[in-house]
Amino acid sequence: MIGLVAKVFEPPSTKDFVYGCWGGAFKLFGFDTCFNFIIMLLVLTTIIVLALFFFGLRKPKIVPGKLQLIAEVGVDFVRENIAAPMLGTDAAKFMPLLTTFFFFILIANFFEVLPGFSLSPSSRLAFPFVLAMVSWVTYNAVGIKKHGFIGYLRHTCIIPAAPWWLRYTLLLVIEFVSNIIVRPITLTVRLWANFLAGHFLLAIFFLGTLFFIESGPKTWILAPVSYAFGTGLVAFEIFVAALQAFIFAILSASYIGQAMAEEH
Amino acid sequence: MLHLVAQAVDVGTGLKTIGKGLIIGLAAIGPGIGLGILIGKSVEAMARQPEYAGQVRTTMFIGIGLIEALALFGIAFSFII
Repeated sequence: MIGLVAKVFEPPSTKDFVYGCWGGAFKLFGFDTCFNFIIMLLVLTTIIVLALFFFGLRKPKIVPGKLQLIAEVGVDFVRENIAAPMLGTDAAKFMPLLTTFFFFILIANFFEVLPGFSLSPSSRLAFPFVLAMVSWVTYNAVGIKKHGFIGYLRHTCIIPAAPWWLRYTLLLVIEFVSNIIVRPITLTVRLWANFLAGHFLLAIFFLGTLFFIESGPKTWILAPVSYAFGTGLVAFEIFVAALQAFIFAILSASYIGQAMAEEH
Repeated sequence: MLHLVAQAVDVGTGLKTIGKGLIIGLAAIGPGIGLGILIGKSVEAMARQPEYAGQVRTTMFIGIGLIEALALFGIAFSFII
């Protein structure tokens, strides 16, 4: 097995993220759809998140059990560190959305380092893009509801502190592009590229270990080095998984907070 | 003649590979400097005002997220070209 892997060694490429269909393709809203490995990971993530909160908070007790403790500590973390500092008194209204973002992305990201899966749905562009669109629609809708359509555009695109000839020309364009157009793109790319790069790093170091073991007595001494780097990167990926879930949730909260802010 | 064409194609692929490498390296310079300043200043703030360490850390992570996206654009584009 080792020999087989090492002899066909090739650097990991974007082909590693493409998976074939399980079963036949079918039409969904006019698109060709099928069930594959990535969809299975998403379904698993959904089931785990639902199960955690359903069984954790179904019968809340005064002295919490293990699952209830995890669920309560998680919700408390989101409220104290993400919702409350960014949204203030409106925090309670957006807690369901932000808690879902945090836990859904966190569990999905952990599949990156889980043996047997080793691939996060976040490393496929569609998954973070849909989450970013949910965030985008939410903060725009909240802002439009609060200020009205024209009022919201004025609120996001015009900086009152700037001199008038900059405020209505260059800064107007820059603010519109950065607040309305670039925000969902950066939310998407941040999550996606982190896990794309993470998957490549893990693949390179662990495939490299096998390659060095196989390629003869002169280079096998490098195999433990490569293996140590790979193991260290697994720990780093666990940190990145938690950090990215936190950053996605807190940036969404911050965008919602900015859209809802009073006139300045 | 065909030999020359093959050589030109080879040079093209080689240049493309160099370009991919350059994108990642150049895209890391700016965010590297930015992260250094950001985290250094945050540590300074936390050391001066330990009671505000929590708030400073939260803001720092938002900044890290915003800056980091620039370097990650480089990685993403290097696979696209």
